[in-house]
Amino acid sequence: MDLEVQGRIKELAEQYGAENVVVILGNSDPDGASIFAETVTNGDPSFAGPLAGVALGLPVYHIVEPEIKQAVDPNVYEEQVGIVEMVLDVDAIINAVKSIREQYSQYPL
Amino acid sequence: MKPVLKGTSFVLVHVPHIMTEAGTTFSVEREENNDSEFLQNAPNHIRTFEECLRYAPNQAFIGNIDPESLDSLPKPWYEHLIEGERFGKFGEIMPEDEFYALMQIADVFDLVLLEDGFVETIKGKLSNHPLINANDVAKLKGKPHMEIEKQVNENGAIPLKVDGILVGCVRKAHDKDETLAAHVMLENLATKASAILALKHLLHNAQIDPGQIEYIIECSEEACGDMNQRGGGNFAKAIGEIVGTLNATGSDVRGFCAGPAHAILHASSLVASGVFKNVVVIAGGATAKLGMNGKEHVKKGLPLLEDTLGGFGVLISADDGVSPVIRLDSVGAHTVGTGASPQQVMSALTVNPLEKLGLTLSDVDKYAPELQNPEVTEPAGAGDVPKSNYKMIAALAVKRGEIKKDDMDTFISEHGMPGFAPTQGHIPSGVPIMGSAREKIMAGALNRVMVIGKGSLFLSRMTNQFDGVSFLIESNNGTVEQQTGKAADEQKLRTLLADALRDVAQHLRSSEE
Repeated sequence: MDLEVQGRIKELAEQYGAENVVVILGNSDPDGASIFAETVTNGDPSFAGPLAGVALGLPVYHIVEPEIKQAVDPNVYEEQVGIVEMVLDVDAIINAVKSIREQYSQYPL
Repeated sequence: MKPVLKGTSFVLVHVPHIMTEAGTTFSVEREENNDSEFLQNAPNHIRTFEECLRYAPNQAFIGNIDPESLDSLPKPWYEHLIEGERFGKFGEIMPEDEFYALMQIADVFDLVLLEDGFVETIKGKLSNHPLINANDVAKLKGKPHMEIEKQVNENGAIPLKVDGILVGCVRKAHDKDETLAAHVMLENLATKASAILALKHLLHNAQIDPGQIEYIIECSEEACGDMNQRGGGNFAKAIGEIVGTLNATGSDVRGFCAGPAHAILHASSLVASGVFKNVVVIAGGATAKLGMNGKEHVKKGLPLLEDTLGGFGVLISADDGVSPVIRLDSVGAHTVGTGASPQQVMSALTVNPLEKLGLTLSDVDKYAPELQNPEVTEPAGAGDVPKSNYKMIAALAVKRGEIKKDDMDTFISEHGMPGFAPTQGHIPSGVPIMGSAREKIMAGALNRVMVIGKGSLFLSRMTNQFDGVSFLIESNNGTVEQQTGKAADEQKLRTLLADALRDVAQHLRSSEE
């Protein structure tokens, strides 16, 4: 994950409290989603950015997960995500993010 | 005047030392954790020149194999090396020692110092190069080894090494100005030198005299200037000077990875308007991106695949009746108001310009979006970038009712191609197809190709906007438009009058009957 983005997430978690922040991912592949999810929960696995060794434990979801999808206006979802959802390996992405979330997220949605 | 794709060139430079010295993944790591596992293990993952040469995507890039044939080769490509040649029909893969010499040839401020013995050896090697002439070789001059060591140890010059042995350095161009620091000069001279190589190959491939080039647009991702105008430019003219395009001026166009596609539109427009007849679009490589995904590659036991600088050249000329045409009557543009969701971006770049021409997504034989080599990006979690783009285009075709959802894979294999370009930002962005596309269109194997350039503008922290432009390349129908301006208008008027008179005559005849 981009070092600048890591910094922003760390800052937001400190400002609002980790229990009040949810990270929503938009990665197009399961590996990338998994690395991003790990970064905002257990810390930067590449030990390069501001989240290296910092386990924020944030709740993290991918935009295609049902918990998030049902919270979005269906028209907006269709316009913004509809086609992308058609081309993504949705199940693999959900499993990748869910597995990291269950291991490292410390706060509920 | 129709602008046509008159010629292309594609070059790679194998630079394992510059990668470890100037690639930002390496340099940032060295600054933060000089003893890291990555830095200790990296040397074991460096490829030899021969391994780089025999890497199938590299052979595809310089034109020795058809990029589309990559899918039928065994994977991973880095384990299944093929027979490779240094020179291909589009360009070459240059080794690092010769490139150091080319950097000195490109340098007009005595910033690249090379050691006496090295210069003697390299002069012999470069004398055999088909496109580096005696004037170029005569510019090479050596310095005592001690002086180079002194520059590196006492003045912060960047060392240039071959097999771990110091053979030269790049020194700073100013004491205080950070935009002229040694690492910036290395970055800019490497861009300039690789672009010079690309331009030499382009002129050779297009069989055009340097004096016929009237304008050069440089579209790499670097900025040259000083502290008072950090991105002042002008790489284009600096490159043209070394290659000898005496009748050309030029300028630089930037747009992150979309830069080349923008530049080709600018070049085509200059030709279409009649301002210039031969416009070159040129780009050199980016040292900063060398080894960018190196940490993941080393961790996963891959070679450091991002060990090459890329460069390309494209010649846009006035219609010759034969070369493929760059269509300007409808281009794709991601505008400020387009929106940033992937489907909005892709619609703006594909569906919208095609609709304007009454065409469907299936009417384009091949799409060339970001053509990054997936073997480089997948281990780093970035996926297969071209494939993601093709899936999006196929999904748009489904949504528009052009194809069935079950036919998406067929659409992707028919209208797509495997990624084969180095992850040098601007280099993979659509343009690498133009070499093989030009040939296939002229041979009648393809009729219409779309080049899509996309750029991530948010990286500069100036905007959150995304960006992209696209254009179509089509076969030439052989009609050379020679009249412009008043003459063309008069001709049009004559045709209209003749048509009208014919209609009247026809009408009178039918009334008589």
